[in-house]
Amino acid sequence: MISLAGRDILHGWVRFLMTGFGLGLLIGVTLSMAGIYRGMVDDANVLIDNSGADLWVVQQGTLGPYAEPSSLYDDSYRSILGMAGVARAANVTYLTMQVRHGGGDVRAMVVGVVPGGPGEPGQPGFLVAGRHLTGGRYEAVADVKAGCALGDTIIIRRNRFRVVGLTRRMVSSGGDPMLFIPLKDAQEAQFLKDNDMLLQQRRRTALNPLFNRPGVPGLLDAVIASQTTSVYVNAVLVQLKPGYAPEAVAKDIQRWQRLQVYTRPQMRTILVDKLIATSAKQIGMFLVILSIVSAAIVAFIIYTMTMAKIREIAVLKLIGTRNRVIASMILQQAVGLGAIGFVVGKIAATLWSPFFPRYVLLEPGDAIRGFIIVMVISVLASILAITAALKVDPAEAIGG
Amino acid sequence: MSGNGIVIEGLQKRYGSGDTLVDALKGVDMQVAPAEVVGLVGPSGSGKSTLLKCLGAVIEPSAGRMRLGEQIIYDGGWKIRDLRALRRDNIGFVFQAPYLIPFLDVVDNVALLPMLAGERNGAARKRAMELLEALDVAHRAKAMPAQLSGGEQQRVAIARALVNHPPVILADEPTAPLDSQRALAVIAILNDMARQYETAIIIVTHDEKIIPTFKRIYHIRDGRTHEEAGEGKSPRELIKTDKA
Repeated sequence: MISLAGRDILHGWVRFLMTGFGLGLLIGVTLSMAGIYRGMVDDANVLIDNSGADLWVVQQGTLGPYAEPSSLYDDSYRSILGMAGVARAANVTYLTMQVRHGGGDVRAMVVGVVPGGPGEPGQPGFLVAGRHLTGGRYEAVADVKAGCALGDTIIIRRNRFRVVGLTRRMVSSGGDPMLFIPLKDAQEAQFLKDNDMLLQQRRRTALNPLFNRPGVPGLLDAVIASQTTSVYVNAVLVQLKPGYAPEAVAKDIQRWQRLQVYTRPQMRTILVDKLIATSAKQIGMFLVILSIVSAAIVAFIIYTMTMAKIREIAVLKLIGTRNRVIASMILQQAVGLGAIGFVVGKIAATLWSPFFPRYVLLEPGDAIRGFIIVMVISVLASILAITAALKVDPAEAIGG
Repeated sequence: MSGNGIVIEGLQKRYGSGDTLVDALKGVDMQVAPAEVVGLVGPSGSGKSTLLKCLGAVIEPSAGRMRLGEQIIYDGGWKIRDLRALRRDNIGFVFQAPYLIPFLDVVDNVALLPMLAGERNGAARKRAMELLEALDVAHRAKAMPAQLSGGEQQRVAIARALVNHPPVILADEPTAPLDSQRALAVIAILNDMARQYETAIIIVTHDEKIIPTFKRIYHIRDGRTHEEAGEGKSPRELIKTDKA
């Protein structure tokens, strides 16, 4: 038996292909939406993996440092280093801000780290050009996504930084590129006030009789000095010695240091289930709507194509064609349209995903799931047309 | 199912009920022998199409008896369960417009019926080609229907009607869109085929050009048929008889 669906498609292949192309663009958008969600999850995982930490020590009662603000004294790491199982501990600050560069600005996550070598907690894991931060001030290592080149100057608040190294795939959970700068500079950027504010603060402190007592020389200077020195960090990143369970060490630090400690799985849960949960739901809604729109479009196209063949279907039924042959013809066309749409959509999504400002991760598993969903939608969408075709009276071919 | 042609006795068809009851056929009697071609004429609304639909097993009559070949297909109710198979294997249809399947080429339009009956594609196409040769359209076998002239399309439609060698062919105004020469050619082909395949053919027509070619004509008026010898009568005469 010849394929009636195949012959019909070949007969009007240009129209069929164009319809499939249009549908494919819609499927491409749907696949891209799924890719954006996967990219967000991957960004979160990359943030955790690239930090090089086994534990995140943050302010008690907070979900810091990524999901909530957190402040610790910058000498906390000393006592943490003394805990059993702790191999390395390093202060770190995170601040997402607009960084001026090349006449414009770029949104970036500024990370303050203690200058050191690769492998230290919080340091960029690898460089694609230049060198790591080595201890000098006002130097930066930037993710290539920030658009910086080696030797470029970037401005953070009042200070200028020279880009000495470039890294790749170091982004925040929001997809912003990271800029690594020395911890002291980052503390200034995050906690220090501007000159006018400092003057105001000094004036107000001097007017306070508690701090400006005639009988206590040096008190006012000490108070002002404490106000203009930043002693806070957002978190202490901890690497463990081999053989120590992260949960056990985390419990000890929480108990003795009265700080909040998160392990990798806990931090992953915070980032994926809490920080990007709303965005994920938003994308999920879009996916549902796009699936419904795709189904409606396939159903409408197949229905229109079937209605255009109503006389031929009546003739086919009159000359003895079984319902299943007619239903199969419509079903095959719907599935064919879906298959063309999927192929076009997959190619389109692959081609345009690098141009998205956020990372779009097109996973093969999502493509397979997408293909199955498109096929199911195509089958369901053909039901309307099949129902209409099976209702066609063969007597319509005779007329009268 | 061969031999004996078509026999219809007291065929009735009612539409609606109560105040809307319409007796489309009030007791039609007809007999067409194998290899015979008869005309069926009548004014609009006389019941021609209803009779054709009943004969074609497309609508169910209300009463009466129908026999195709040696098999009684209707006797107060359908005697055949699979009406699609009955139409596919025993009844050929030729319409006013050829209604060829536009996405199949000529040979596959004809071969489709045997393929639907389960015949292998090669054998079905071979049989289709033989018929197309007999009808002088084999040279257009690979053409699409839209590329054919009206006469060629109608010959392909006749080939499709004949390909399963049905004992009966029902033709509804098969010459209406054709000029005189082509119309007479189509009737000649149908006559040849009727003789060659022992097929009983009923042609519903208003076409004055072809009415004189029938040996027997059935007039249908107000749901009843009247038989009359047709050959030799002028078209005007027949139309007058019809209007009387």
